[in-house]
Amino acid sequence: MAQMNMIQAVNSALDIILEKDSNVCIFGEDVGYFGGVFRCTDGLQSKYGKHRVFDSPLAEGGIVSTAIGMGINGLRPVAEIQFADYIFPAFDQITNELAKLRYRSGGEYSAPVTIRTPSGGGIRGGHYHSQSPEAYFTHTPGLKVVIPSNPHDTKGLLISAIEDDDPVIFFEPKRLYNGPFDGDHKKAALKWDTHPKGEVPEEYYSIPLGEASVEREGSQLTVLCYGTMVHVAREAVKLSGIDAEIIDLRSLVPLDIDAITKSIEKTGRCVIVHEAPKTSGFGGELSAQIQESCFYHLEAPITRVTGWDTPFPHSLEWYYFPSQERVIEAMKKTMES
Amino acid sequence: MSKKEKTLFVPDAPFRPGDKPDFSNLKLPEAGSYDKPDTSVDPSEISDLAFGLVRVLGDNHKAVGSWNPNLKPSVLKEGLRHMTLLRIFDDRMLTMQRQGKLSFYMKSLGEEAVAIAQGMALRPDDILFPSYRQPGLQFVRGRNLVDMICHCITNSKDNVKGRQMPVHYSWKEGNLVSISSPVGTQFPQAVGCAMASAYKGEDNVSISWLGDGTAAEGDFHYALNFASVYKAPVILNVVNNQWAISTHRNFSSGEATFASRGIAYDMPSIRVDGNDFLALYSVTSWAAERARKGEGATFIEVFTYRAEAHSTSDDPTRYRPKDEWKSWPLGDPLERLKLHLIDLGEWSKTDQNKLEKELDELVIKSYKEAEKYGTLNEGPWASEETLFEDVYKKPPRHLRKQRQELGI
Repeated sequence: MAQMNMIQAVNSALDIILEKDSNVCIFGEDVGYFGGVFRCTDGLQSKYGKHRVFDSPLAEGGIVSTAIGMGINGLRPVAEIQFADYIFPAFDQITNELAKLRYRSGGEYSAPVTIRTPSGGGIRGGHYHSQSPEAYFTHTPGLKVVIPSNPHDTKGLLISAIEDDDPVIFFEPKRLYNGPFDGDHKKAALKWDTHPKGEVPEEYYSIPLGEASVEREGSQLTVLCYGTMVHVAREAVKLSGIDAEIIDLRSLVPLDIDAITKSIEKTGRCVIVHEAPKTSGFGGELSAQIQESCFYHLEAPITRVTGWDTPFPHSLEWYYFPSQERVIEAMKKTMES
Repeated sequence: MSKKEKTLFVPDAPFRPGDKPDFSNLKLPEAGSYDKPDTSVDPSEISDLAFGLVRVLGDNHKAVGSWNPNLKPSVLKEGLRHMTLLRIFDDRMLTMQRQGKLSFYMKSLGEEAVAIAQGMALRPDDILFPSYRQPGLQFVRGRNLVDMICHCITNSKDNVKGRQMPVHYSWKEGNLVSISSPVGTQFPQAVGCAMASAYKGEDNVSISWLGDGTAAEGDFHYALNFASVYKAPVILNVVNNQWAISTHRNFSSGEATFASRGIAYDMPSIRVDGNDFLALYSVTSWAAERARKGEGATFIEVFTYRAEAHSTSDDPTRYRPKDEWKSWPLGDPLERLKLHLIDLGEWSKTDQNKLEKELDELVIKSYKEAEKYGTLNEGPWASEETLFEDVYKKPPRHLRKQRQELGI
């Protein structure tokens, strides 16, 4: 085991998979010589060569479309989109092409592309360095959508994503890259070295896609969350005194509905937390599925704590970002109903 | 003092319904006017090819100049056979669409040489990323007609399981990548595919086509730029058939040729007579040779005319003169190749009539056989459970559940 932050965990996963499979190549803006604006691909080009880890022109649509072509021709490309906010120029290629290729060709063609992209707020990123666009992709059949919340899961899930024969959009919450963040921006930044999931095996391992992780066991209420919100929820539960069960979904598609159902059948109450805006966010889907499968176990309405239905603001970031206080308030209200 | 009226300039088509089309202002160089350069040529040295027009077959139906590929008569006859078959196949499928036996169809009339000459100039392991108007590639690579028809009538033997509209072929064995409706998307995918060939050290090439209208899409730019940056072994073709549904090519770019755009991407860029089988074959062979030698991508503007409606859902008499194609100065690709073969003493009108009869019978026979596997209206179609297959490699739980909800 080694101490790793999330960046090192990404780097370690990529290093292992480059070593293991000569068809894996990595490309995107600034990922080659420079090693990535977040250092995720640091050292990989010098270790594996320019043709395996390389810089691309500044064109997200070009990155994803060429990755699809590489996938069709037997490679297993890992494309990076520098910020999830800039994935939209590639939206057509992802939703109309990558997601539908296997289906529309009757299974004749497919492209095992992994798209890594830093997402989420909490870094003063304003409109275009803070977005959480996962719901655009969970709405597209043919894509798998993964969002880890710690270094250990990041490495295991990323290895699974790259080895998966289906296309995977892999969101990396950039606020968590260097340390866990519980939503209290006034506190000094933490490092992963004090967190149990900052312990990461150096060798190959994988975590299956589609399996949630129980972050904290509890009996009174279930909190469903992913990414940065796992840490916000954890602190909120601690402060609230409510014995809540926290489930880190890790993978939104496929979704571990069994883990969710099992928890809510036990607790009878559910609070959903995500950074993305509320309307048509993934929380709406979670809420609907829980209502369908756990209706008779529910003792209170399902509550969502999410970003507001506004663009992500700069100066008012901490009014937008779902806070511990908002999560506590939602949990208390849910307990009272 | 005259004052120029300031208002938005909006281009127009040169001729509209009721006009008498006159293409005498088109600059059409004589066949043989341009020399074939070495494949290692610096793109800037051959910029005249991007503004000119490579032609081999002259008005007298003789092949001339250094671009003449000097093909054996057997190869020319093979090309003529494929083009004739495509024309007959298209006619039969259109009739079937009009009878409600197909939901939709798109013809290639006037553009038969594009896919057939270019396809014949390639190797079977070269990877094809066509748009929806190059079905002739499948004839070149020997696809079973019955299979093509089964796709078009979306019956139980449709290899894409009835999921896509007609003419959205996919044929893995023939290295023809699944066609999709969003225009231009396949252009940069072909570049990525070519990059993968280079990555693996293989010497096959990738090739893609899009239309003049689609050359306005962002994917066009991505493809040319990535192809240039990584010197990808790819051939990128814009088939300029003058029309994007009702939109004249003047709305897709300014007056300059499409080929001239390639120069700015530092890529050899050649404008070729798209109704000249020999010129198309020759230019494509040259581009493939460059790619295989590691000299990078080539950009080709195929200059032609869309003789038919855009699709079975379109009525071109509402936006262009009915007989515009008849005035098109570059003629009919099939006629020109036929007359060339006749001029060589290798073919006759009788031979052509015999061929047409034979191919017509083949298409009818194939159609009847295809209908044994089901029809559009009566089925059988792909079995119901296939609705949920191939979304992912293995159906995840939620799809298995939805399948149960449908009761299958």
